[in-house]
Amino acid sequence: MSAAAVGPRAGFGRAVAWVLLLAGGLAMILPLVFMFSTSLKDASEVYDLRLLPAHPTLDNYVTVLSDGRFLRWFANSMGVAVVVTLSNVFFDSLVGYTLAKFEFRGRYIVFLAILSTLMIPTEMLVIPWYVMARNFGWLDTYWGIMFPGMMTAFGTFLMKQFFETVPNDFLEAARVDGLNEFAIFWRIALPLVTPALSALAIFTFLSNWTAFIWPLIVTTSKELYTLPVGLSSFAVEQQIQWELIMTGAALATLPTLLVFLVLQRYIVRGVVLAGLKG
Amino acid sequence: MTDQALDHVARGGFWRGLSLRRKQVVWAWGFLAVPILFYALIRFYPTGEAFYISTTNWNLLTKPGFVGLANFKRLLGDPVFWQVFRNTVLYLVIGTPVSLLLAFTIAYHLDRVRFMHGFIRALYFLPFLTTAAAMAWVWRWFYQPVPIGLFNQVLSTFGFPQQPFLRSTTQSLPSVLAPAIWAGLGFQVVIFLAGLRAIPTTYYEAARIDGVSDGTILRRITIPLLRPTIIFLVVFSSIGFLRIFDQVYNMTSGDPGGPLNATKPLVLMIYQTAFSSFDMGYAAAQTVVLFLALLAVSLVQLRLLRDR
Repeated sequence: MSAAAVGPRAGFGRAVAWVLLLAGGLAMILPLVFMFSTSLKDASEVYDLRLLPAHPTLDNYVTVLSDGRFLRWFANSMGVAVVVTLSNVFFDSLVGYTLAKFEFRGRYIVFLAILSTLMIPTEMLVIPWYVMARNFGWLDTYWGIMFPGMMTAFGTFLMKQFFETVPNDFLEAARVDGLNEFAIFWRIALPLVTPALSALAIFTFLSNWTAFIWPLIVTTSKELYTLPVGLSSFAVEQQIQWELIMTGAALATLPTLLVFLVLQRYIVRGVVLAGLKG
Repeated sequence: MTDQALDHVARGGFWRGLSLRRKQVVWAWGFLAVPILFYALIRFYPTGEAFYISTTNWNLLTKPGFVGLANFKRLLGDPVFWQVFRNTVLYLVIGTPVSLLLAFTIAYHLDRVRFMHGFIRALYFLPFLTTAAAMAWVWRWFYQPVPIGLFNQVLSTFGFPQQPFLRSTTQSLPSVLAPAIWAGLGFQVVIFLAGLRAIPTTYYEAARIDGVSDGTILRRITIPLLRPTIIFLVVFSSIGFLRIFDQVYNMTSGDPGGPLNATKPLVLMIYQTAFSSFDMGYAAAQTVVLFLALLAVSLVQLRLLRDR
């Protein structure tokens, strides 16, 4: 923190800054507040921009959830995001660990090759991925949604940097004790980098939960949509029933917000870690 | 899988005969086998294929025919491409400086605040956790004409004229950009806060003893020491704005790309060319342009980091 200037004028300036910061922060969450409040209003009240609904009702949630599609999309998104996250946590760590802690010819080339894929934007690969999914029959399947993201160079790079801070003595001691290399990775090294693992897990889950363009391309039947794609098609259908659209948007937003409220400290730290080291 | 294979080998004498160093090498390649296959098939091969498709006239149905650089020549003569190019550049050159200036101002002041620091930070950070496709609809609702839209209701309450927002060729691009800036701001704020906290307080104390003013401290100490953070955020957000899609697709779904393509970014053009017109060769050529733009941003970053 920068040193405090003393005197009443500085104190006044700080109070003004504090009030402005708070006002700006409240303005930031205004779209979220309006989304939730409208989701609790009935159709006749939507055009009344009162923040608190006069007659709060869960009818919209009942309407949106009762046709089953939203629950299905919700489950699809959750399943896809969880599987992809687990895969990234496992493989990115394994590769990061190998590149950080093993000495073998070709290590640097493998590292550079993986790193170089960071230069290729997803949008460049969607056409070849689509062709590949079409040829292998992966269009409109869960695997089709998931396969491009099962490992990432970003995660590998992040984990490699953290494994480099693990002292070799620990690993040597385990080797002397007769543990095999996979057990050393799994039981000794991995527990030492849990902050990095949670950062990677949070980042991967969030980016898959909100992913849009690839699920939009690879899925055609409504049962396979993820929540963002489903919501988008639902909103186009509803057109003017804004209270139902807001309810759908609220359902898409709620899980990440709830998790954030519980794990705020870890999430902010994880995002900073992933952002700065990755 | 590898585990079992290696155990099997281990039971024979071959494995025991290997030196520790050799065993390590075998383990390493064993660990890397599946990932190498993945990167080869899902990253490298498709990259090559994208370049290859960009030189064909493939439309998914017929066999691809080689057309050389014809797709790129067609791009140069396509007025829609130039409109899209202009839009994408506008997203970048408005979005990046505006969001960075806002984020820095917020982080700089928030850094000095102790009272309710965590709560205020959370307010700014929350939008980063939202789904762009969902929030696009909330913003779209805000932009509607009276009596539906929030913004026009507020304008009319204070006696200002109604604004067309998404329906206008001039206002629609900034209207689509606003939620993108809004959603990314929290990430930039927490990264700036981390960068500010990493600056040793002794620098500030020394400056304070020398009687240096706040403004000078900001210009001479804070900003120069934040240089790596600033470069990271400039590149990160530039890449984000170059790839903007979710917001545009959802806010202009009735008329994708807005009135007269006023909001259409490169990625939306790629999506439509490939998956509405199935003109795969032409779409692949557009992805090559996107690749080159991102490459240029990354090269600028490397250059800036080296100049330190």
